[in-house]
Amino acid sequence: MIISVASGKGGTGKTTIATNLACSYEGSVQFLDCDVEEPNAHLFIRPDIHDVETIRTPVPEVDMEKCTLCGKCSEICQFNAIAVLGETVLPFPELCHSCGGCMAVCPEKAITETGRELGIIERGSRKGMAFIHGKLRIGEAMAPPLIRKVRENIRPDVLTIIDAPPGTSCPVIASMKGADFVLLVTEPTPFGLYDLKLALGAVKLLGIPCGLVINRSDIGDDHVRAYAEAEKVPVLMEITFARKIAEAYSRGEMPVETDDHWKAMFRELYSRIAAIVQTPIEKTG
Amino acid sequence: MQELVVISGKGGTGKTTLLAAFASLAHNKVLCDADVDAADLHLILDPKIRQRHDFQSGHTAEINPEACTRCGLCRELCRFDAIGENFQVDPISCEGCGVCYYFCPENAIAFPLNTCGEWYVSDTRFGPMAHARLGIAEENSGKLVTLIRQQGKERAQRDGLDLLLTDGPPGVGCPVIASLGGATAVLIVAEPSVSGLHDMERVAQLAAGFNIPAMVCINKFDINPEQGKAIEAYAEKKNIAVMGRIPFDPMFTKAMVMGKTLFEYNGRSEGSDAVRSIWEKVAQRLDDMERKNSQ
Ligand code: SF4
Ligand code: SF4
Repeated sequence: MIISVASGKGGTGKTTIATNLACSYEGSVQFLDCDVEEPNAHLFIRPDIHDVETIRTPVPEVDMEKCTLCGKCSEICQFNAIAVLGETVLPFPELCHSCGGCMAVCPEKAITETGRELGIIERGSRKGMAFIHGKLRIGEAMAPPLIRKVRENIRPDVLTIIDAPPGTSCPVIASMKGADFVLLVTEPTPFGLYDLKLALGAVKLLGIPCGLVINRSDIGDDHVRAYAEAEKVPVLMEITFARKIAEAYSRGEMPVETDDHWKAMFRELYSRIAAIVQTPIEKTG
Repeated sequence: MQELVVISGKGGTGKTTLLAAFASLAHNKVLCDADVDAADLHLILDPKIRQRHDFQSGHTAEINPEACTRCGLCRELCRFDAIGENFQVDPISCEGCGVCYYFCPENAIAFPLNTCGEWYVSDTRFGPMAHARLGIAEENSGKLVTLIRQQGKERAQRDGLDLLLTDGPPGVGCPVIASLGGATAVLIVAEPSVSGLHDMERVAQLAAGFNIPAMVCINKFDINPEQGKAIEAYAEKKNIAVMGRIPFDPMFTKAMVMGKTLFEYNGRSEGSDAVRSIWEKVAQRLDDMERKNSQ
């Protein structure tokens, strides 16, 4: 089973929920941090990293001996990533989406592919939990291809917990697609509610069952709960604000490791999710 | 004209609440919400929309089943697995590269332009504002960020205003990169935690790569003073000006729930004093930069 933990708004406690959920699970579990722009889960899970892989995406390279300056490559490119300038053809690798169109269209077979570095993937483990995360290279704009690479590590035979990036655009979709369940983490404030509506829109578009965790449930107002009820999204867990927890979080500590009450809470959260995934439900929206 | 972009790397550090508070202190400015993916500033500033435009960018392929002979060439060429066995394009996976459209021997594929959001120029009680709404699951947020910053600048020029105050997106990817080019300075709002330090380092590297002078302030400092000091130490090493510390203050959330800025809600809390002093320092620095520039 794949559970993707997401939130429209950043800073709602998504990583806390994802890491504690994974660490309280009894059985084989793998953790994928797909928040490749700002990966944080490793600061809590503290895995031993076994291997590091540099991830590249193909971009064109032009052999000017063969090129006749026909301009077909720049004509097909939708991203202005290759241009004929005077007597030469100039690729702009940082704009390239790696579609391969220029290479396929070139009548002279003058184009081959080389790589642009997207970032790295690190694999490790902790106490039997497999850990994988991607780190986007600073200056690299495109997160989705790196996220897809991280996701290639999913093993179908174990529970997979994905920490998705915040927001609702392409990187989030790349992290939620194909999941069996999306756990949305929010807080009961106007920002939390507004961003939750967007996130829920994305989940519905993908047709994945979902549930809600309301963090810092005693700050703010009641609109998030009313909205969840109206949309028939089950609230699976509420966590009240406690300064102690905020402080533990700031030190990179996971409550399930030291507190049996928390461990029980997160196991309960998992059982609720498993029950929803196992009962066939009608798609909403 | 100057532009200050407020960013955070990590989401949820209080960036938007802080920017709204600055909006009630700064003079002669245009506001710009460049966090187009989860735009929240309007929830406090309640903009009256004066101009509304479609944002069009990128294309999506569409196969006409009547003309398609199922030759399979498009499925072979598509690198994004966007064309299913039934020869239907999955619009979420489609990257908009147009390779199938270009090569289809039957001309069975259309490639229409996407409308992926809306952008607005509005008035607020603190001055004009440029903002946008990106459709769900849409791409090209970087282009939309560039567009609304441009609109904000044009509006400022027209009205003779000299500051653009921009709420930047989280992360370090395409929308953030689009929010930094050509900015006068960035203010990083950091949070005193192990993840706050980690994210702040990454976004500071990005700003340095663009050669943009950076400043930092730390929100909820007292939650973990040790991590807070670690952030300040990192900043000093990297030539990032430390603007101040904001204590954890429930007023922030209370003001947000009421749809008010910190100063409209209660100008006298510990948190609001800290924010006022940070803004004075930031404004001073911007003035200094302006003076240096004109010399
Ligand atoms: S399509 Fe090939 S031959 Fe034509 S300009 Fe491009 S690289 Fe040169
Ligand atoms: S691979 Fe695609 S995106 Fe990259 S330069 Fe070639 S046509 Fe453009």
